[in-house]
Amino acid sequence: MKFTLSWLKDHLDTQASLDEISAKLTSTGLEVESVTNPAAGLESFIVAHIAEAKQHPNADRLRLCTVETGTETLQVVCGAPNARSGLKVVLARPGVTIPATGDVLKKGAIRGVESQGMLCSAGELKLPLEGDGIIELPADAPVGAPITQVLNFDPVIEINLTPNRVDALGVYGIARDLAAAGLGKLKPINSAAVPGKFESPRKVKMRLLGGDEKLCPQFVGRTIRGVKNPESPKWLKDRLNAIGLRPVSALVDITQYLTIDLGRPLHAFDDAKLNGDVGPRLATPGEALAALNGKTYTLDPSMVVIADEAGAQGIAGIMGGEPTSVSETTTTVFLESALFDPLNIAATGRKLLINSDARYCFERGVDPASSVTGAEIATRMILEICGGEASSMVLGGAAPNHVRMIAFNPARVKSLGGVELPAADIKAILERLGFVVAGSGDAWAVTPPSWRADVEGWQDLVEEVLRIHGYDNIPPTPLPRAPMPKVALTAQQRQMAFTRRSLAVRGLNETTTWAFLPSAQANLFRGDLPLVTLANPISSDLDAMRPSLIPNLAAAAGRNAARGMNDCALFEVGPRFEGTKPGQQTSVAATLRSGHTTARHWAGTRRAVDALDAKADALAALEAAGTPVSSLQTFKEAPNWYHPGRSGVLKLGNQVLAAFGELHPGVLTALDVKGPMVACEVFLDRLPQPKKAKVGSARPLLKASNFQPVERDFAFVVDAGVAAESLLRAVRNTDKDLITDIGLFDVYEGPHVGEGKKSLAVSVMLQPKDATLTDEQIEGVAKKIVASVEKACGGKLRA
Amino acid sequence: MTNTTLTTLRDQILADCTAAPDIAAIEALRVSALGKKGSITGLMKDLGAMAPEERRAFGQQINVVKDEVAAALESRKAVLEAAALEARLASESMDVTLPVRPETKGTLHPISQTMDEVAAIFAQMGFEIADGPDIEDDFHNFTALNFPPGHPAREMHDTFFLPTAEDGQRYLLRTHTSPVQIRTMMSRKPPIRVIIPGRTYRCDYDMTHTPMFHQVELLVIDTATNMSHLRGCLQEFVRTYFGVDDLTTRFRPSFFPFTEPSAEMDIGCSRKGGELKIGNYGDWLEILGCGMVHPNVLRACGLDPDVYQGFAAGMGIERIAMLKYGIPDLRTFFESDLRWLRHYGFAALDIPSVTGGLTR
Repeated sequence: MKFTLSWLKDHLDTQASLDEISAKLTSTGLEVESVTNPAAGLESFIVAHIAEAKQHPNADRLRLCTVETGTETLQVVCGAPNARSGLKVVLARPGVTIPATGDVLKKGAIRGVESQGMLCSAGELKLPLEGDGIIELPADAPVGAPITQVLNFDPVIEINLTPNRVDALGVYGIARDLAAAGLGKLKPINSAAVPGKFESPRKVKMRLLGGDEKLCPQFVGRTIRGVKNPESPKWLKDRLNAIGLRPVSALVDITQYLTIDLGRPLHAFDDAKLNGDVGPRLATPGEALAALNGKTYTLDPSMVVIADEAGAQGIAGIMGGEPTSVSETTTTVFLESALFDPLNIAATGRKLLINSDARYCFERGVDPASSVTGAEIATRMILEICGGEASSMVLGGAAPNHVRMIAFNPARVKSLGGVELPAADIKAILERLGFVVAGSGDAWAVTPPSWRADVEGWQDLVEEVLRIHGYDNIPPTPLPRAPMPKVALTAQQRQMAFTRRSLAVRGLNETTTWAFLPSAQANLFRGDLPLVTLANPISSDLDAMRPSLIPNLAAAAGRNAARGMNDCALFEVGPRFEGTKPGQQTSVAATLRSGHTTARHWAGTRRAVDALDAKADALAALEAAGTPVSSLQTFKEAPNWYHPGRSGVLKLGNQVLAAFGELHPGVLTALDVKGPMVACEVFLDRLPQPKKAKVGSARPLLKASNFQPVERDFAFVVDAGVAAESLLRAVRNTDKDLITDIGLFDVYEGPHVGEGKKSLAVSVMLQPKDATLTDEQIEGVAKKIVASVEKACGGKLRA
Repeated sequence: MTNTTLTTLRDQILADCTAAPDIAAIEALRVSALGKKGSITGLMKDLGAMAPEERRAFGQQINVVKDEVAAALESRKAVLEAAALEARLASESMDVTLPVRPETKGTLHPISQTMDEVAAIFAQMGFEIADGPDIEDDFHNFTALNFPPGHPAREMHDTFFLPTAEDGQRYLLRTHTSPVQIRTMMSRKPPIRVIIPGRTYRCDYDMTHTPMFHQVELLVIDTATNMSHLRGCLQEFVRTYFGVDDLTTRFRPSFFPFTEPSAEMDIGCSRKGGELKIGNYGDWLEILGCGMVHPNVLRACGLDPDVYQGFAAGMGIERIAMLKYGIPDLRTFFESDLRWLRHYGFAALDIPSVTGGLTR
């Protein structure tokens, strides 16, 4: 909300500077958004007197002025038609910055004649003054004085009002807060009753019934006859203009003014255009109203209107109607001052998309005791500016009872607020804010004023005291803490952290992608999961929650490829959504690689990424998360967004812990990205958790043998379809004690092993524990290995 | 055999040794002098024919010569070996200015790193880390947090909703991580000290808003924590996080439905020349919202507000990351541009710790 400094000083008797006021506003919770001071930066512009203005010798449109500053006489060339002898003007001397251009003024010659300064226009100084040409100052302006002392500038202050501060909806309430905070004295406001000269011919009729009365608990009116409705006086127009409101006519401006001044919206009807009794009722279905903003609105029965016998004449608490509005011919007005339900006003305003100052006040909450006093203040102002005489007040409904008592122990200021403050100071602050304080000791009874609907419990009272005392006076105290902090992460959080960093160690770049994606893409990656869509997506291509992290990573790789970065290795750790309810989500670590493993290089170390890179990522993530990777088994059962022949899952027992492989070319086409791409998904929520019962962190004792290990190589010929893993397992299971390591060092398919066959060459490390192996023992193990492989997968030693 | 002969032989061998051109010549010389049939070895055979006195004296002389020759041979051999090695190395040269074999460097996203930094600091103050679901219900996201019915945040305009479920509930994407505060208070007894980092969602997409972003919230509940602790805790946090030991903070009254009293905290900064700097330069930058947990929120979680109290605070992860690391545009956090990830990302082993250094 905006107001001007002089407006504030109408209510606040203070010597404080603009800066002090501004700082105090922010410190009491009325955060200053901006202060626009037209005088800022104009301190070095001074009042000067044109002693003589004559024609420039070399230019028709220029004048040559002799200008006096009190201390010196200058020659200034000026192009303004109103530069004339005897005029008091604004002089800029060389060295000052001209606000409109930001340029520093230099001494110079114009058409061959030296100019020792510049006479300024309003535009050049960015001042909101009327008139063309240079500024004409009053004849009594003291020559040589800064113009900031001569021109009457009224700085505009804009504050950001939090929705709870209904008490500060008006300038008066803001002044009250500043006064309570010690920045001056609040001036009283005259809200005494204006005696009625006659009985109002127009009556109020409350047409809200059957529980709807609460939508407008009180409606007061008054007829004022014999008024004129001219333009508003200058001071009033200046104020409205300063805060960006458009002056219309005195009657309209008075209601606009009081809305800002008191946070009390009112409405003035042209009484001649009303028919019969006036009051609130629900709109009828489809009822239309031409509003003051020139638009016609179709209303519904959830909305409250102000109606006469002929129909709706105003949208209650939001905007008046055009047909009954006041004009320059208005001689009798019917003044409305009412109270409306905040939620109802907010809902109506949102439905009709009308933002008005009245709505702004009513949806936050207008002082429930202000209907009558507001009408009195408005009446007084109308009589003053527009003349006429007022009837007695006509009343409908009643102001709701706002009186409530809050039990308050002043020690709470210390125990909740952390500020040590004497009880007397606490009481004084509350009283300055309008609270009534009774009781003593630790049992106070505090009654909030009518304008503090936001204050509900003792905690609110603590806030009021802290606010006025100043939040910056709250002493910072470190949180008391144990001598040694606990472990902050759960086992699962640590798993996730290790996984994340281990993938980065593998050269992958972590990214964060949307939790959303197009539902068409969600359908490609959801398997049996339901499609989770949003009712109100931000855009149609972000309309579903992701069932997998892969599509967004693939799209990201696609975007990078479009920028010429074809080798991409991305990962993300985050949720995938498996249902529409809270908790139906799981954490996944996903990687995606495209292009080549590394950049091109002279040593020829680069190769295209393949499914085993994705498998390696999955295994690294699983190992980092503490999964016993040697117990994992690989199956070719990956979901259908993977290439059916080049993908798999890693299982621990029956549980699928990860899927990996090349992405299905058809899916990539649907995503509109170029492949091949390989990816993996590690399902972090399915990983085995470390056993809580485990005591200590000791590892099993290392039993390193002193006897010579033996390495033996075997090449087996098996059917091409045999999984390498089954052969390796057969070898390992031959003698788990003796065989400590197995490596697969060659895979060969070709003429030497025959059609439909392949050769797998493994090296086996035998590590005896008790004695060096004899040739016979080695031979015996070798035979068992060959037999075991033959039994498990039909492998024969390659000849 | 005379001493003269021995001397002549010795001189000859030593001369040959000095002249030996390579290791093979040295080896040949060694064999010819000290080998089984070598000239010096041969002299030893003559000893038998000598008188005992003479034998001893001459034997000693032969041994002296033998040692002298062996040493000379060794020394010459070492010289020749060194020369041979030098010659080999001279021929073995590579272009060491060649670029090394490429390795890819992985990075962590600034959001992850910032969350880890925040966690490291608050862990020192005894906080644990709590998390909760992204999809929430009205109770946890709004009602329990004291949002009045009709509050604008409950509108489709601000909050993402899922279609009305079969159970009649209108589930939504959490608009803040505060529902986890509710879940925490409802599932465990005070004292509570948790931080809650996580993804949050709001219907907003422009220069300074993204429909998904990240927050971290704090919750402390016990019977004694007051606003002075709130201020102390947050002041310690911003000083440690931004690495400015005496960073000034400003507390301003504000309003949130879920706290009472409520505050916003500013930190000192400078905006001179359009560049934002954190520090005590006289200007202020809003950094977070906070306050004492509202009595209605405590009640909603089954806690008596006349007994239990504490504070909550929340801030945007991207925002504090942008401020600390000078990242200019929020939207770039979610673009997965490799150039950005590599430039603003963090090394895998750059693990933040308060005692080991928060930021490299």
